Amino acid sequence: MTNSDRFSLSMRLLHWGMAALVISMLAAGLLMIKSLEPWQLTIMTIHKASGVLAFVLVAVRLINRLRHQLPALPNELSHWQTTVAKASHWLLYGLLFAMPVSGYLMQYFAGRPIEVFGWFRLPAALQVDIQNYALFRELHGWLAFALIGLIALHIGAALHHHFIRKDNVLKSML
Amino acid sequence: MKALYLVLLLAPAFGFSADAPPKVSAQQFVDLQQGNSAFPGFRRAHAKGICVSGEFRANGQLANYSRASLFKPGSTPFIGRLSIAGNNPTAPDLKAPVRSLALSFTSSRTEQWRLAMNTPPVMAVADPHTFYQQIQAIQAGPAAVKQFFATHPQSSEFLAWAAQYQPSGSFAAETYHSINAFYLVNANGQQQAVRWAMQPTVAVAATDLTDADALQQEITTRIAADQVVFDWVFTLADATDDENNSSKAWPAGRQQINAGQIVLNGSSAQLAGDCHAINFDPLVLPTGIKATADPILRARSAAYAESYRRRAKEQLQGALEGSNND
Repeated sequence: MTNSDRFSLSMRLLHWGMAALVISMLAAGLLMIKSLEPWQLTIMTIHKASGVLAFVLVAVRLINRLRHQLPALPNELSHWQTTVAKASHWLLYGLLFAMPVSGYLMQYFAGRPIEVFGWFRLPAALQVDIQNYALFRELHGWLAFALIGLIALHIGAALHHHFIRKDNVLKSML
Repeated sequence: MKALYLVLLLAPAFGFSADAPPKVSAQQFVDLQQGNSAFPGFRRAHAKGICVSGEFRANGQLANYSRASLFKPGSTPFIGRLSIAGNNPTAPDLKAPVRSLALSFTSSRTEQWRLAMNTPPVMAVADPHTFYQQIQAIQAGPAAVKQFFATHPQSSEFLAWAAQYQPSGSFAAETYHSINAFYLVNANGQQQAVRWAMQPTVAVAATDLTDADALQQEITTRIAADQVVFDWVFTLADATDDENNSSKAWPAGRQQINAGQIVLNGSSAQLAGDCHAINFDPLVLPTGIKATADPILRARSAAYAESYRRRAKEQLQGALEGSNND
């Protein structure tokens, strides 16, 4: 395999690191809005701080992507398939930005400063704005379900390439 | 993906054990609190209240125990809310068994503190799932309540308090307890478990008024005439005390520190005031205050968030337009 068949090391590390982070955060989010257990506060505190980390990582990742040549998609793919592949990747980037931003804004308007790993705190509104809280709270929830759906599609497509089309797409990210 | 999602949703149920009460979710808890007739746009618990405003005048006595800036000598403004227990925003004030004071301090954009305090000094139970059963019993009627307490000896301290409690004729004459314990953390990182109470500085005899808004009218008149003052008194736990069980009081004689005065000097109807928008989640804490592992305290964020989410969404959809809670 030549270099151009594969994503750069930095892109692969960012991809898999963020995959682990984002899936953990989605799981934590779904659990913490339901649970009354003593660990709920711990998970919620980590979830909020991790959102700051995820935002920084996706920004680094976007810059890194724009600086690198990407492996070409297989030639056999039809026009609509390459269009869907490219659109879904940009949609993933969009959601990876929108999740931490909407999460922060719902906390901001609810007047809840975010403690980031005991290092610093993100500011919150001095006066609570319940309508904007409602807007970003509902948005954060809907975006989460959209992201779960898109990740499922993304994983499905990767497995389809690997096991059915038997091409190089999944290997290019390994 | 669907299977993974199901596992995530069901995961909390794996902690179930035979002698413990069935575990409930935040959604089930708030469903129970709101009952069969939810009042759109209002809090699911302590729905009826009045906004107050004022300031905390710190004397500096607690500054060596906590880094929180508001304990340094000086004053910090707050938005507060006086309320009664129950899901009905028009319920009669004098019928409610519990009265509450909630405060929101906004020391800065990064340091905020919400406090939610009630008249009982202890809970009847020590975990949220048993608390769910207690509320079910209250909703089912006196026989169920009797049965609940007969089978829950942990409620003895709460029952002893309830037996001697005499409701006063004013929100100004009640004692409001943190119930849950918290840790104060000072500049050296030393940690001290505490509970606190807002202690009244006036006595007001029980009222013979029957008006549904008797307590709101009384406190509005009282604040308009003069400021209403409480002493903010902290009780420090000993090494032998359990800070994680909110159904057990600490022995009398523990060191107490008066941190200063809570002064109320303004009031307004809740939908007209600033307090309605606030979620008084007691786990919004400034630097220098930390949550204990008390299971009741730890359950409050998720339950308050669910109630807040429901009423915020309803309000966004116009539930309170043209509404008037006077």
